[in-house]
Parts: sequence; structure tokens; C-alpha cells
Amino acid sequence: MNELILRTVTAVVTFMIILFGIQLFFAGHYYPGGGFIAGLVTAGAIILLLLAFDIKTVRSMIPISYRTLIGIGLLFALGTGLGGLLFDVPFLTHAHGHVMLPLLGDVSLHTAVLFDLGVYLVVVGVTMTIIETIGEDE
Amino acid sequence: MTEIIDGLIVLFVMAGALLTLISAIGVLRLPDVYTRSHAISKSTTLGMIFILMGTLFYFWLKHDHFNSRLLLAIVFLFLTSPVSAHLISRAAYYSGVRPWEGTVRDDLAERRERITKSAK
Repeated sequence: MNELILRTVTAVVTFMIILFGIQLFFAGHYYPGGGFIAGLVTAGAIILLLLAFDIKTVRSMIPISYRTLIGIGLLFALGTGLGGLLFDVPFLTHAHGHVMLPLLGDVSLHTAVLFDLGVYLVVVGVTMTIIETIGEDE
Repeated sequence: MTEIIDGLIVLFVMAGALLTLISAIGVLRLPDVYTRSHAISKSTTLGMIFILMGTLFYFWLKHDHFNSRLLLAIVFLFLTSPVSAHLISRAAYYSGVRPWEGTVRDDLAERRERITKSAK
């Protein structure tokens, strides 16, 4: 059946949803948001793509194995926890500080963002794994 | 000046709430799926946009805080809610929901016949 309207709107709206997810992710430290909700919003954008196109097209658009994404996310979370042990402080102690970056100038960075990135990747991976395994039931 | 701002905000929020109420009444009063979809998609979209614009102006002009998420939400609603109404009406049409008996023409009938035949 002809799905021109749905596909055109999906092409525009998916970018808005993904950008909103990224904004939620980076705003998480000071405003409502964070890794969990940003991961769900990003997974929602991919699910919208799955609704408008079929599963094979979406896989060729986003050639990521979501199971590996779960593993990478867990490694990020574990790695930020173990990083504290190198500096003789308890497990999961976070560090922050101001760093001079070449293009962005003075940026305040916190290792909790890396932990949050792990949460983000795990949430995207788990949600998409659930949806895809239900969807490709043969 | 603050009275004008207050008036503007009240006008936007009240107009939005009124339009949403009108669309709810439309859903109760209109006879079939297509007329209801017509009532609810247009009227609620504009009502929501008015309420969000009232909120945007409230935080922008009274609290000096420009919230771009509300602007994004307005654009998002404007894009998606008519499309969802279109998809629901089309799904209703192709699954065989008859329009109201006062309907005089059905331009898509031929195409629907073809699609239901090919589905069988």
C-alpha cells in the first residue's frame, strides 16, 4: 500500500526525536533527563522508522548489532567504576574538572557522563533487541 | 505592559482550552469515523498549539526564560497529529468502515474494491 505521507513525515520527525534524545542525555546533570529517558527516546525514533519501513531497510540504515551495544554500554559503566580504583579511591568514585579542548575551549567534564553513556547504550540496546525479536517472529 | 502580556497569555490558553472542548463535543456529536477524525485532528491540534504558545509566552515574558522545547513541541504536534488522523482514517476506510448514510460521493470506492479483491 502507498505509504508516502507516513514515510515523508517519518524522515523529518526522526531527526527531531533523535536530537531531542541527545539534548535530554546531555542536560541530565542539571535538568530533568539523563541516560535512561534519552535511550528510550532514541529507541522510540528507531521504532518509528520500523513502523514506516520494514525491518530489513532499517537494518541497512542503522547497521548496528543491538546485542553488542548492550555489552559496550555495560563495559562503559564498569570501566568508569573501575577507573576510581586506579587513583586509590573507592569503586564508582567519580571525578570532574575543567579541560581545555582545541575547538570548544574551557569545558567542565564529569566522568558520570560516561556512566550515563553506558546506561544510554544499554537502554537503546535492550529496547531494540526486545522489539526486533518480537517483530521478526517467523 | 504587564496587563497586555497577561491578557495575551490568558487569551491563548483560554482559546486553546475552548478549541479542545469544541473538538471533544465534535467527537460526541458527529455521526461517523471520518467526520469525527476531521473534528478532532484540526481542532485539537490548534488548541494544543495555542495552549503551548500561551505557556511559551508565560515563561518567556514573565520569567525571562525562553524554552525552545515548547517551540519544538509546537512544530512536532503540527507535523504529526494531522498525519496520525490521516493514517487512522485510511485504516478505517480500508478495513471497511462505512461512511455516514448521508454521504453522496465516494471517490476511493473503486480503489478499495481493487485492494480488497487483491487481498482475497
